[in-house]
Amino acid sequence: MFDGPEPIYVQIARMIRAQVLAGELAEEEQVMSTTQFATTFRINPATAAKAFTGLVDEGVLYKRRGLGMFVAPGARERLLDEHRKAYFDEVLAPALAQADLLGISTDELVSYVLGTNGHRPTTTTEES
Amino acid sequence: MTPAPFGARLDDVVVRFGAQRRLTAEGSTIKDEGGTALDGVTLDLRPGVITGILGRNGAGKSTLLSLLAAFNRPTEGTVRVGAGDLLEEPWENPWVTANVQFVRESGDLMDDERVSETFKYYADLRPYWDADLAGRLLDTFEIQPRKKPTQLSRGKRSAVGATIGLAARAPLTILDEVYLGMDAPTRYAFYDEILADYAEHPRTILLSSHLVEEVERLFEDVVVLHRGRVLLAEPAEEMQSRGFSLTGPVAAVDELARGRRELHRQRLGATVQVTLEGAPDDGATAGARAAGVEIGSLPLQDLFVRLTQDGGSGASSTAAEAGTSAREGRR
Repeated sequence: MFDGPEPIYVQIARMIRAQVLAGELAEEEQVMSTTQFATTFRINPATAAKAFTGLVDEGVLYKRRGLGMFVAPGARERLLDEHRKAYFDEVLAPALAQADLLGISTDELVSYVLGTNGHRPTTTTEES
Repeated sequence: MTPAPFGARLDDVVVRFGAQRRLTAEGSTIKDEGGTALDGVTLDLRPGVITGILGRNGAGKSTLLSLLAAFNRPTEGTVRVGAGDLLEEPWENPWVTANVQFVRESGDLMDDERVSETFKYYADLRPYWDADLAGRLLDTFEIQPRKKPTQLSRGKRSAVGATIGLAARAPLTILDEVYLGMDAPTRYAFYDEILADYAEHPRTILLSSHLVEEVERLFEDVVVLHRGRVLLAEPAEEMQSRGFSLTGPVAAVDELARGRRELHRQRLGATVQVTLEGAPDDGATAGARAAGVEIGSLPLQDLFVRLTQDGGSGASSTAAEAGTSAREGRR
C-alpha cells in the first residue's frame, strides 16, 4: 500500500478522492480518523493528518469539531468535474502516444472505440 | 492528562571512552585504546514527533540516546532536554530523569523479581505511568506478570521492555533496539501499539532500529548517525524525496537512469529495479510512462546503506549487495 513515488500523504489523499469519486465514501459520511489511518496502514499519524489538511483545503472533506472528518457536500460533483478535465491530458494522451509508438493507426483506434473491430471496448481489457 | 512533550538539543557533543588496562589470561596487562563514540554532534530533536535514529553498529546511537536519559554525560559539549523553552542538562536532574523513559535493548529488568514487581517500581518512578495500559500490553504480548524475566524468552523480555516504554507515557520515550528477539507478528503488534498510543497521547518518541524497512513509515523525522557524526537529520518526507525507484525492462530502465547516481539495483529476469538519487523530472516521468517503466518511492533502506557505506563515492556493487542481502534476510 502507498508504494508510489509521491509522498505518502499525497497517495492517501488520492485514495480518498478515488473513494469519493467512486461513491464508496458518500457525502456527509465520516472518514477514518488519523489514528485509525495510522494503525491501519502503519504510518505516522502526522502523515494522515497532512493528507486530511490538504483535502479540507480542496473542499473534499470538512471537519466537524470533536467528531472528525466528513465528506463535504458536492465533493463528488467537483471531483468528477476536475477528473473529466484531466482525463484527456493525463489518461488519453499517454495512451495515444503509446499507440503511435506501436504503429497503431488512428483508424484502428477509432474502430476500437466504436466497437466495430470485433472488440467490445467496454468489457475487454486489452493491453495498451 | 497528557504532559508537554520533551525536545532535546545537543551542541558539539563529544563522548570519548578512556583507555583501559586489562588483564589477559596469561597474567600480563594490555592497554585498550580509548574510543570516540560521538565526535561533534549538533542536533535538534523536535518535541512531539516520532524520530527514527538510524546507524550501523557502533555508529553512536546508544551513546547518543543514553546522554538524553542521563545514563552518561558528554566529554565535551552540551546536552539539553526539556519542554518548550525550558531545556535543562539531564545529568543528575530529577525533573529530566523522571520524565525520560529510556528502554535499552537489554530491557533493564530486575531479573530475580516478578514482572509485576518491576512494574510497581516503574509506577513509582514515572509520574504518568498507566497501569491499565501496562496490563493490556502484557496480555497482547502474552506475558504473565507472575513470571520473572529469567523465565522469559529473549523476545518476551524485549516485549516487557516495550511495555514499560509505552506504559511510562514519558514526555520523552526512547526505545533503543527494543525489538530484539521479537518475532515478526510481535514486532508488528509493537509498532501498532506505538502508533495507537502515540496518537492518543502525543509525546516525543525516539526509536532506533536496524529494521529500516519495517519502521520507516512510523517516522516523522529521521536522524542518520555514522561513526559518531550526524550524516543527516531531516523530516522523513524530505529524506524520501532524495531518490526514487524505476522498475521495468532493463534497456528502458537503463536509458532513464543514465546520468543518475544509482543507489541500488536488483534484477529479476528481464526486469530490473534500480533506486536512483534525485527526483524524477517531468521528462523522466513521461518517458517512464511511455516505456512501461514504473516509478516508485525510495526505499529508505537503500539510501541508508548508500549513506553509511565507507569511502564510497559513486554507486558501488557493495552497496547494492548489502541492500539485497539485508532485504533477503528479512523476508
